[in-house]
Amino acid sequence: MTVNAPAVPPAAPPSRPLRGAGRRRSSVLLAAVRTPRGAIGLGMAAMVVLAAVIGPLVAPYAPDALVTLALGKPNGQFLLGGDYLGRDVLSRVLDGGWVLLVMAACATALGIAGGALAGVSAAYLRGVSDGIIMRAVDVILSFPQVVFALLLLSLLGPRLWLITIAVGVSHAPQVARVLRSATLDVSERDFVKAAELQGMRPIKVMAKEILPNLISPLMVEAGLRLTYSIVVIAGLAFLGFGQPPPAANWGTMIYENRIGLSVNPWAVIVPAALIALLTIGINTFTDAFARVVIGVDRRPEQAALIDDLGQELSK
Amino acid sequence: MSEPEVRGAAQREVRLKVTGLEVRLGRSGPDVVGDVSFAVPAGQVLGLVGESGSGKTTVALALLGHTRRGLRITAGQVLLDGTDLLALSPRDLRAARGARVSYVPQDPSSALNPTLRVGTQIREVLRVHPGAAGDAGDRVAEVMREAYLDPTPEMLRRYPHQLSGGQQQRITLAMAFACRPSLIVLDEPTTGLDVSTQRHVLDTVRSLCRSYGVAAVYVSHDLAVVSGLVSEVAVMYAGRVVEIGPVARLFGEPVHPYTRGLIGAVPSPERAEALAGIDGQQPRPGRRGAGCSFAARCDHATGDCTTEAPEPVTVAGRSVRCLRAREIQATHPERVPAVAGKPAAPAAPALSVRGVTASYGSTPVLSGVGLEVPPRACVAVVGESGSGKTTLARCVAGLHGNWTGEITFQGAPLARGARQRDKDVLRRVQYIFQNPYTSLNPRKTVGQIIDQQLKQFTGLSRRDRSARAAGVLEDVSLGQDLLSCYPDQLSGGERQRVAIARALVVQPELLICDEVTSSLDVSVQAIIVELLRRIQRERHLAMIFITHNLALVRSIAQSAVVLRRGAVAESGPVGQILEHPADPYTRRLMQDVPKLTRSETRFETHGPPSPRSA
Repeated sequence: MTVNAPAVPPAAPPSRPLRGAGRRRSSVLLAAVRTPRGAIGLGMAAMVVLAAVIGPLVAPYAPDALVTLALGKPNGQFLLGGDYLGRDVLSRVLDGGWVLLVMAACATALGIAGGALAGVSAAYLRGVSDGIIMRAVDVILSFPQVVFALLLLSLLGPRLWLITIAVGVSHAPQVARVLRSATLDVSERDFVKAAELQGMRPIKVMAKEILPNLISPLMVEAGLRLTYSIVVIAGLAFLGFGQPPPAANWGTMIYENRIGLSVNPWAVIVPAALIALLTIGINTFTDAFARVVIGVDRRPEQAALIDDLGQELSK
Repeated sequence: MSEPEVRGAAQREVRLKVTGLEVRLGRSGPDVVGDVSFAVPAGQVLGLVGESGSGKTTVALALLGHTRRGLRITAGQVLLDGTDLLALSPRDLRAARGARVSYVPQDPSSALNPTLRVGTQIREVLRVHPGAAGDAGDRVAEVMREAYLDPTPEMLRRYPHQLSGGQQQRITLAMAFACRPSLIVLDEPTTGLDVSTQRHVLDTVRSLCRSYGVAAVYVSHDLAVVSGLVSEVAVMYAGRVVEIGPVARLFGEPVHPYTRGLIGAVPSPERAEALAGIDGQQPRPGRRGAGCSFAARCDHATGDCTTEAPEPVTVAGRSVRCLRAREIQATHPERVPAVAGKPAAPAAPALSVRGVTASYGSTPVLSGVGLEVPPRACVAVVGESGSGKTTLARCVAGLHGNWTGEITFQGAPLARGARQRDKDVLRRVQYIFQNPYTSLNPRKTVGQIIDQQLKQFTGLSRRDRSARAAGVLEDVSLGQDLLSCYPDQLSGGERQRVAIARALVVQPELLICDEVTSSLDVSVQAIIVELLRRIQRERHLAMIFITHNLALVRSIAQSAVVLRRGAVAESGPVGQILEHPADPYTRRLMQDVPKLTRSETRFETHGPPSPRSA
């Protein structure tokens, strides 16, 4: 050992125990929930989801039973009155959410998975793959989302799985764009080169080295795409591409009952408000998450300043 | 005040006087810097040195009445020609900035607006402060000549990206001097520049300050740069000035243990000395505790040091913030001569590079480069930025596949890219990256990072792998507790040690170190260089050490290759290259390396550089 090689490992900075290994992804979510913005957003979305999930179990009447007057005013028995055929609006509202939510979630998952695969491999592989993938993306992008979905549906007929796939596919290009630029940034970093020098296969480099560093843009993108999915799917239902009648669906309910808007407005307002509450809630939470992420995924030069100063500030 | 006649008389008058400056986090948070006092006479430059996080930039900005977001100047005065800048109204302060006080930032490429012509940018300063310097058009030409730039119309019409780094920095200097300020604050203005360009910029700064009678504060982490430029130097540590005095005395006989440590860590191109780093870390604001902030890292610390905060005392012509200053002054720091590396006995080279020509796209980077690395020896590859030294390393490592020529490693030719090389070759040639902030995956713990390397290259069981990982951490002097840490919980030096551990754990035979210390502080650089030297010797590694810092070469390598614009300018044993450089390019490089002056002699002032030389 030379004279100056340290005999003992350098003392750990006193702040290390505070920054334990237990933080990371889960705690980013937790930190987002702890911000007022995140708590409000999550609360709004959770209320709607809860209503949609346990709704079918607690609905007082069957959604398709003709139990009251057509467009009847709300009263003690029928809290939200009747719809244009005389079915209980409350029961239909409680019953009409879960299919929408499941479809939106599936469409989002599909869009994120497809978009991530396309975007990450385009950016990492570069060259010909990049060209082919991104031109394909451009082609899909050139169709407006709703028009693209309508086109597919008019060709193949309104099937729920088809709606889900159509919406998912129409998301993929947007996701691919965002993740491609995020990947371009990450794949230039030296740890990716280090993995290549270990002889790692490209697919493994993407999955093990790059993807974990994209969690934050992925989560933000997922939140954003989920709100779009809900709006597009509800919108398609409004246009008549949804579950066939007499099934209840928030989008369909708005369409069916708009003729009675002046008689029993609740049949339109409540489903519309639920959709609004859900999308605003998810968006707000996504926003809170994105803000927390910026504080976590900082760049080295910012890290120096934040490490030196920010920790003390946040105490 | 700027008439040439009065300059001589104004030479010794104190221009800038700072007393008790304190900057805190928020209104009542912990102090980031405190009790900072110094004075700068007209025409003189004060050097403000310290490692990253010492608060030197915070002080520099406070001189302009500015702080970074979240900080606040809570006490003190910045008296410039008798007026307190900190007491000015925001409006008056705005009028003073640029006209009476100006600032030269670190990175000219981001400080200049890329969409404006440089002439417009210089003229803008004069337009904002009308009346500060007579006719704007004449003044632009004048100040550009003073900054050794040609004020031709086509130069004025250029955009920043059409200028070299040195020219860009001269533009920012011209902007800073345009209104004939009384004080100029320079924040590491030469950090990103080559030694030769750096020297020209320093000459420019020196002559501008002298001829205008400007007081200047020069912030730098590079002691050698400061030693040739300034008359007084203030050493900062953990937000305090720990030692301040005339530069020759302070660097010649440093008293404060931290100053001694810093100077011991600076490599010298003239002597082969072992580098002594300072282990440990600087405490952060709010965690400095009672007593001396340096006590935890200090060899001279006693019990009192941890409880009693030192006040500045005057010792040997400088002010020192140390309780034991007088006792320490009597002792002399020793510099251990490095064990002279013997040139390797003639043997078949471990690595030989012959006629390698490489390009990025259509831009040629290397042309016909050859070098040999004997077994168990370290070869330094030196050159300015753009000389192709990193490209050469990447060709050898397999990161850059676009080359022709021949690279043989232990007798067998190496394939072009990493994908064409077999696992065993990849294992035996390990590469350590320049920047430890990007070479470790931020989503993986240190344990996972090292384990992945073992998994890729060895068939060891999980138990054996973790034993190997633990062993290698010990080799690079890191504690086992780091295994579960993520990279962003580590300091720069610790990260680079993890990167070295990752390379070593698979028992390589050739280690390529690409500017591995250029993003680290000088005290950490010394530790890393000593670590690499020890490991190279203990493990009998062949090593390529790439650096732009000629002074480091002495400390680690036995032979050196000087690259210039993608071709070998000169190669040979280190002693020969550094002492009797044959090639004019090497000679110029050696001349331009800033050297730490440890005696009264300062390096002589050269004539002004020619306007086009940078």
